[in-house]
Amino acid sequence: MLKGKVHKYGADVNTDVIIPARYLNIYDAVELAKHCMEDIDEDFLKRVAPGDIMMATTNFGCGSSREHAPMAIKAAGISCVIAKSFARIFFRNSINIGLPLLECEGAVDNTETGDIMEVDLSSGEIKNVTKGLTFTASPYPDFMTEIISSGGLIEYTKKRLTSERV
Amino acid sequence: MGKTLAEKILSARSGNNARAGDIVIAQVDLVFVQDTTGPLTVRQFQKSGLKKLAKPERTAVFIDHAVPSPTHTLSNDHLVLRRFAGETGAMLSDVGEGVCHQLVAESLARPGDVIVASDSHTVTAGGLGAFATGMGSSDVAVAMGLGKTWFRVPESIRITVAGKFQKGVSAKDLILHLIGRLGADGATYKALEFGGDSIKEISMSQRFTIANMAVEAGAKAGVFPADELTRDYLSEQGRGTDYQPVFPDADAVYEQTMQIDLNNLEPTVAKPHTVDNVALARELKGTKIQQVFIGTCTNGRLDDLEIAAEILKGKKRYSGTRLIVAPASRQVLMASLEKGYLQTLIAAGATVLPPGCGPCLGLHQGALGDEEACLSTSNRNFKGRMGNPRGFVYLGSPATAAATALAGEITDPREVM
Repeated sequence: MLKGKVHKYGADVNTDVIIPARYLNIYDAVELAKHCMEDIDEDFLKRVAPGDIMMATTNFGCGSSREHAPMAIKAAGISCVIAKSFARIFFRNSINIGLPLLECEGAVDNTETGDIMEVDLSSGEIKNVTKGLTFTASPYPDFMTEIISSGGLIEYTKKRLTSERV
Repeated sequence: MGKTLAEKILSARSGNNARAGDIVIAQVDLVFVQDTTGPLTVRQFQKSGLKKLAKPERTAVFIDHAVPSPTHTLSNDHLVLRRFAGETGAMLSDVGEGVCHQLVAESLARPGDVIVASDSHTVTAGGLGAFATGMGSSDVAVAMGLGKTWFRVPESIRITVAGKFQKGVSAKDLILHLIGRLGADGATYKALEFGGDSIKEISMSQRFTIANMAVEAGAKAGVFPADELTRDYLSEQGRGTDYQPVFPDADAVYEQTMQIDLNNLEPTVAKPHTVDNVALARELKGTKIQQVFIGTCTNGRLDDLEIAAEILKGKKRYSGTRLIVAPASRQVLMASLEKGYLQTLIAAGATVLPPGCGPCLGLHQGALGDEEACLSTSNRNFKGRMGNPRGFVYLGSPATAAATALAGEITDPREVM
């Protein structure tokens, strides 16, 4: 069960603002996270606490294919991102590095920054504790759940390569 | 029931009867990385336990985003990529050769190919009938090692073009107009498929411009049929044998069909800070511009420099407006020298950069100052994109860029043609 306070953004939050290109040659996720969202929300890093939940309306993560974007969000302490819709490369990248994403229009429409939320990834149940409302996100296809539970695509591939050898 | 271009290509490469919504594992014909996302791809490749490339001769490493390197840390990233190419046998395209997507179009992409790369503008190769799409570093690392990857077969939006481009109007205006209609997420998870009676009015270079920006509407791919123009282009590039016709079936099923009449298009500009925030160039008259940039995988080809040179011939840029030009590849650089386009642009006051991404993504060269505005022929105008969140980026065609460089404010190119 994930629990944290919500940081809510609008539409079309792109990967250039999640992590600007000038930081793409930082490979330590914790160092990368120090610049997460700085071009659109300078105080984000001061407000965020481990386990917090990022939320946005539509097309979250559009733009560049940089995997650094979900890496930075995850290392900043965000436990999952809930949006009405995600851009497709960002969606795959997040699954691949083990940042859970949930698509849920109702939760986004009825939640504000600062609300406390609980998320059960296995059932897709999203609870706005502050407002006492419950929502359900669309489930992942099975093989994607397998990638997530392996800890990302690289671990999943490693596991597959090892089992193929056996 | 017939198939769309995306369904046809993914069926051929997966060995399945691939239909929109299916998840398939497809063979990958070409995989590449560049210098901002490549080093992470190399790390992920090594971490995953993969040792060898599935197809070294169809794997490429491009050093194009920050060239020549502006800092020692980026130089070290370039070293990582050179070493990886040396150890694995991947092709290496080093400083000065040009932007990955342009080089892929010139030398590597083939009709019917499935292409993945760690860059969102990989969609460019859709201009010659490939199913090409951007992915992140982990996905690309695994595709390099296994020679295959998974896809959800996209629904397709059919874009039917009729009519003829009018004077001063080009592919950039078409795609900005289309993104304005679709919205920045109007094609998310989908493919844009272009066709119609006037598809032959759109040259190969212009097809690359259009396919390049499909991702700015969220699309997974932007695909053109591989027709006689494609065949001729490949012959000119000395690889006529790479041609095979690729067309959708006449009875293919589309999620949606949209019409574009080329006759009605006007010079179009995307305003800060989203690509779907479009207006006509003439409506933005009076918007002061401190920097004009002509180049990139979107509009850094020979015909782009030609139209800019035509407009600027014998004239000077406005004194308060810097003009930066970066040919998209060495081939474009050489040809534009031979044709005299670069000489014309330099005489008009242009600063010419080496082939590469130039100021597009704010890594070096041409970063904006606070409150400065740039009219760029690139594909993204996001906040901070050109290195400064206090800068403003407008996107337009090479003709609009050249006219704007003359006037120092956004100008409809038809005024000066």
